[in-house]
Amino acid sequence: MILFDPEKCTGCGSCVDICPTDAIELINEKAVINEDECQLCGSCEAACETGAITIEPEEPEEKGDSDVDLSQYRGVWIIAEQRKGCMAPVVYQLMGKGHELADTLGVPLAVVVIGFDMRDQVESLAGYGADTVYYVNHPDCANFNDGLYTDILVDIINKYKPEIVLSGATAIGRSLIPGVATRLETGLTADCTQLEIDPEKNLLLQTRPAYGGHIMATIVCPNHRPQMATVRPNVMKKPQVNPDAQSEIVEIPFDPSAYSIRSKLVEHISESEGEEALLSDADIVVAGGRALKNSENFELVRTLAELLGGAVGASRPPVDSEWMPYRHQIGQTGKTVCPKLYIACGISGAVQHLVGMESSEVIVAINKDRSAPIFEVATYGIEGDIFEILPALIKRLKESR
Amino acid sequence: MNILVFIKQVPYAKEVRLDPKTHTLIRDGVESIINPYDMYAIEEGLRLKEFHGGKVTVMTMGPPQAEEALRDALSYGVDDAVLLSDRAFAGADTLATSYTLALGAKNLRDFDLILCGKQAVDGDTGQVGPGMAVRLDIPYVTYVRKIRSVDDGTMRVERIMDDGYEVIDVPLPALLTVVKEINEPRVPSLKNKMRAKKQSIAVWGAADIGATTARLGLAGSATQVTDVFKPERKSNLEWLEGSVAEQVDALVDRLQKLKVG
Repeated sequence: MILFDPEKCTGCGSCVDICPTDAIELINEKAVINEDECQLCGSCEAACETGAITIEPEEPEEKGDSDVDLSQYRGVWIIAEQRKGCMAPVVYQLMGKGHELADTLGVPLAVVVIGFDMRDQVESLAGYGADTVYYVNHPDCANFNDGLYTDILVDIINKYKPEIVLSGATAIGRSLIPGVATRLETGLTADCTQLEIDPEKNLLLQTRPAYGGHIMATIVCPNHRPQMATVRPNVMKKPQVNPDAQSEIVEIPFDPSAYSIRSKLVEHISESEGEEALLSDADIVVAGGRALKNSENFELVRTLAELLGGAVGASRPPVDSEWMPYRHQIGQTGKTVCPKLYIACGISGAVQHLVGMESSEVIVAINKDRSAPIFEVATYGIEGDIFEILPALIKRLKESR
Repeated sequence: MNILVFIKQVPYAKEVRLDPKTHTLIRDGVESIINPYDMYAIEEGLRLKEFHGGKVTVMTMGPPQAEEALRDALSYGVDDAVLLSDRAFAGADTLATSYTLALGAKNLRDFDLILCGKQAVDGDTGQVGPGMAVRLDIPYVTYVRKIRSVDDGTMRVERIMDDGYEVIDVPLPALLTVVKEINEPRVPSLKNKMRAKKQSIAVWGAADIGATTARLGLAGSATQVTDVFKPERKSNLEWLEGSVAEQVDALVDRLQKLKVG
C-alpha cells in the first residue's frame, strides 16, 4: 500500500512530475494520491526528497520466497552469448564490468559458455578476467535454443549458486534470460546501462532507462538470488587483455536424454549486407534522421559513411517511414552504439535516440534548429541545412584524398 | 484455433519533453492506450482466427479502468475479454506479473496459442511473455515477424535476431511475442464498435484465479525501485560557426585531429 505523510510533504510536485500514471495531483500544495490510478511503481517514493511517500507490501510478514538463504550465493557470472561458435562482443564488455563488481565484492568472476567446439575462445576468456569458465560442449548445444539453454542454465545456476548473473540485452539475451529468471523465481532487470555495488548492503544497483529514456531508475533485488540483469551492448567498455591470466575450465557434462527439446531451429538467415553488421561495433557511425525527407536522400549519409569508413545508422522516423531497415535503428528500441565518432545528420535528438548513442566519444550534430536536443550531447555543433552541409563536406573529403 | 492475446494499457503522452528550466517532465494530453506492440498481437490473432477458425480472447491485468483497453480490443473484432483486477495485483514487477497472467491463462484453460507484443512501451522489459510461457510450461518464440504456416499442431515462424532472422518450428500450445513487421493492424468496424460498448467483460480477482497472495503484486515482486532520477547530459559543445564552407572547413579540421577524414 502507499502511505502518505502530509506533515512531510513540501508540495514540491516532484512526485506529480514523475508519476507515470498521473495518479498524483497537488491540492492546496499537498500531494493527493489517487489509489485507483496508482500502480505502486515506486517512482514517487524514490523521487520524494522528504520521505513523505512510502510504499509497503500489504502483508510484509507473508513475504513470497524470502526463505532463500542469501549467504549460500557467491560469485559474479556472465552468461556468454555465441552465434555459430563466435562469442558476441557484449560478452567481453560485460567481463570488464563483471570483473569490477567481483573485485568490489571480493568474489570470483565466472563465465558460462554453452556451445560446441569453442575451446580456443573458452580459453581466451581468462585474459578478460574470468576466474572460472563453465563450459557446456555438445553438438546439440551448437545453436541457441530458448528451451534447452534455459534448462541447462537453471541446472548449473542451482548447482553453483552465483549471487549475480549478467547477460547481454541482445535478441538472444532478452529472450533467454527472462525464462531463466522466472524458473529461478528471482528478479531480473532489463536493459541496464549502469551496474554498481551498494557498499552498505552489498546489493547490485541496477540502473536502466525507463519511460523511453526520460528517467533513469535504479533497481535492486534484495531478497532473491541470483540478482539478474541484462545489459545493453556497447555501454560497458571491453577490458584490456591480460595474456598471462589463467582460468579454471569446468566442463559441464551434457546428457541429451535429460532434456526435451520442443521448438526447433529450421534455419538461420543472415540479413546483414555487411555494412550494418558492423554498426554495433563500428568506430565511426554516420546517422540520418527525419530531415533527410526520403530514402533517396539517405545516399548522402551512405556516401559520407563510406568516405569515412564508417557504418550507417538512423533515428526512428526514417525507419518508421521505411526509408531504412530496422536493423539500422539506433536508440531505445534499436541498437546502442558507442563509436569513436558519431555524426548525426538532421536528427533532432529525441531522448529515445540519445540513450542509444550518447556515450559515443565524439559527437558531431548537424541540424537546422539550434535548440534541437541533439546539441545537448554534441561535441561539435553545426547549425545548418544538411542538404547544404553534407554535399559540401563530401566534396571536401573527396578532394582531400 | 483458440487464441489468447495479452495486452497492457499504457499511458500515452502526445508530447513528452523536458522543461528546459526545471528539467521536469512535461506531458501534455496524457491518455491511456493499448500498448502499440500489442495491437500487432491482436491483429495477428484475428488473422489466424479468420484463416483457421476458433476464437480470440483478450486479457489484461490492471486497475478497473483497464476495461477501456479491453473494449478497445473488442472493437477490432476480438470475441471475448477478461480483466484481471485486484488491489493485490498492484505494484507487480515482471516476476509477479507473469505469475498472475499465467494463472489467468490457466483459468481460461482453452487456448492453443498465446500472443503478446514484444514489450510494453512504458517498461520496455519484454520479460513478461517469456516468464508466462515458462510458468505455463509451454514453448515460446520472441520477436516473431511472420507466421509462415500452421501444420499438424506445429507452427513455423520467423523470429528477428540481431544479425538477420531464424526460422523456427514450435509445437502448440505455444507463446509468441510479435514485432511490428508482422502485420498492419486494421481499423475497428462500426459493428464491432457497437458490440464492444455493450459486451460484458469478466473481471477475475486473486481468488478467482486461485492465486497465493504472497506471490502477487508488490509482495510477490523480487525487484524494488530504489531511485529515480533524470539522466545527466554532459555539455561541452563547440559550435562551428560561419558560412557553409567555413563550417565544413572547421569540421574537417576537427575530424583530422581525430585522425579520420
